[in-house]
Amino acid sequence: MRAVPVRHPGRWLAAAAVIVLVADVVYSLATARTLHWDVVRYWVFDGRILNGIVVTLKLTILAMLLGVVLGVALAVMRLSANPVMSTVSRLYIWFFRGTPVYVQILFWGNVSLLFPRLSIGIPFGGPTWLSADINQVVTLFVAAVLGLGLNEAAYMAEIVRAGIMSVDPGQTEAAQALGMSRGQILRRVVLPQAMRVIVPPTGNEAISMLKTTSLVSVIGVSELLDSAIQIYAVNYRTLELLIVASIWYLVVTSILSVGQYFVERRFARGSSRGLPPTPLHRLRRMLIPRHTTVGERPR
Amino acid sequence: MTAPMVLADQVHKRYGRLEVLRGIDLRVEAGEVMCLIGPSGSGKSTLLRCINHLEKIDSGRLSVDGELVGYRQRGDRLHELRDREVCAKRAEIGMVFQRFNLFPHMTALGNLIEAPMRVRREGRSVAEERGRRLLERVGLADRAGSFPNQLSGGQQQRVAIARALAMQPKLMLFDEPTSALDPELVGDVLDVMRGLAADGMTMVVVTHEMAFAREVGDSLVFMDDGVVVESGTPREVLARPRHERTREFLAKVL
Repeated sequence: MRAVPVRHPGRWLAAAAVIVLVADVVYSLATARTLHWDVVRYWVFDGRILNGIVVTLKLTILAMLLGVVLGVALAVMRLSANPVMSTVSRLYIWFFRGTPVYVQILFWGNVSLLFPRLSIGIPFGGPTWLSADINQVVTLFVAAVLGLGLNEAAYMAEIVRAGIMSVDPGQTEAAQALGMSRGQILRRVVLPQAMRVIVPPTGNEAISMLKTTSLVSVIGVSELLDSAIQIYAVNYRTLELLIVASIWYLVVTSILSVGQYFVERRFARGSSRGLPPTPLHRLRRMLIPRHTTVGERPR
Repeated sequence: MTAPMVLADQVHKRYGRLEVLRGIDLRVEAGEVMCLIGPSGSGKSTLLRCINHLEKIDSGRLSVDGELVGYRQRGDRLHELRDREVCAKRAEIGMVFQRFNLFPHMTALGNLIEAPMRVRREGRSVAEERGRRLLERVGLADRAGSFPNQLSGGQQQRVAIARALAMQPKLMLFDEPTSALDPELVGDVLDVMRGLAADGMTMVVVTHEMAFAREVGDSLVFMDDGVVVESGTPREVLARPRHERTREFLAKVL
């Protein structure tokens, strides 16, 4: 006997309406006389733009690395039994999350106004062993990484903390009963399981970071957007160059999304009986309704 | 005469204002299988956790294999153990939990070799060889590569027992090892524990399995409200309980 699935005429109507709307927007963009797509094509592989992408990628990777490493440290401090540790962590998060990242980037770009020299030695005015002009250590690029990374750490700390707290306390207990040390338990038992909760929002953060790097043009670091701005400042092809920059941002975020998807699948190991369906599976299931035969085991 | 494996002398433990253990006296000889029974909230699990240094006692004396739990005696002073020393003590005591608590991101074999490799610094091949032997012993030789969520509750608990045995403990603690299992899976786990007892392992078992206690236990302790109400051989306590509270409890569970 064959079971007939429910029909969904409403779904088809809504889909048709949305497709018409989208097609209209695309058509208008493609045929607009004010937009010169040949100009876009001309600039999209320009050397300065490509250099800008490299700087943007470097900034994103370094700032995320700084953010993740410092974020894990802050999360562990926040959960520490030592009240000084948890308070310092809490203050850090309060400060760096409570002020705009734009301001923080400006601050690091102008840090030499506050501390002209960077010294290593005994604190509180003791002897100095090493000293350097701060502008040589904190170059504009370093300032950009610090501004983005230190801000990111505050957000990553909360993400990591949520991940750690999501792990069943029985796991820690079992590891303790086996004689594992605190550090071993964190590295080998708790963090790997916390990753399942940590990875998806971290992917979001990475994608968000890629776009936030555009802010550092304010201190004169020539990343992607800054390169585009410098070019249209000369040739006045403002819209076309903004589109060039947007195309590249979209390309990179798409690549990052795909990467995130596979990292997520990797850490889902052991947490559910089957791995989640790939987007292709999902699309196929949506388009081709399954005809179940009575008596067959539903899947 | 050798020292008893576990010796408790007027052990007290409180959480805030709630006194969970109110003067526990207990003696477990090496090679003995002691079953702990009693209503929930009577302090059985807390006592196990104290023996394994997972909880600190508030007063009294508790020793395992002749050494105080959590303290080192030097002259007439007690020095609290450092984290490292506590870890070393825990490594010598195996513990099996009601909810298994296997590491879900590791295979069965991975669960077994983790602590020997990290805590005892054993080489992978040595740890894996013992791990496979232990999996065979609990009847799961073919599931070495399975993740915990691919195993039934009974299989998970047998892996958990093997994981504890992989550290070659001198004492095994079981905290209601069969309470979270479907009835038809209880037998396999009890079989493994029976085998352990026959091999001479010292075991303290918190359980509701009276048949297991009667058959395998050398001694039976009934706890209620943070004290040991009565103890003796399982046969005596189950057949002729001397205290009213024991009688009431047994009437409910038997």
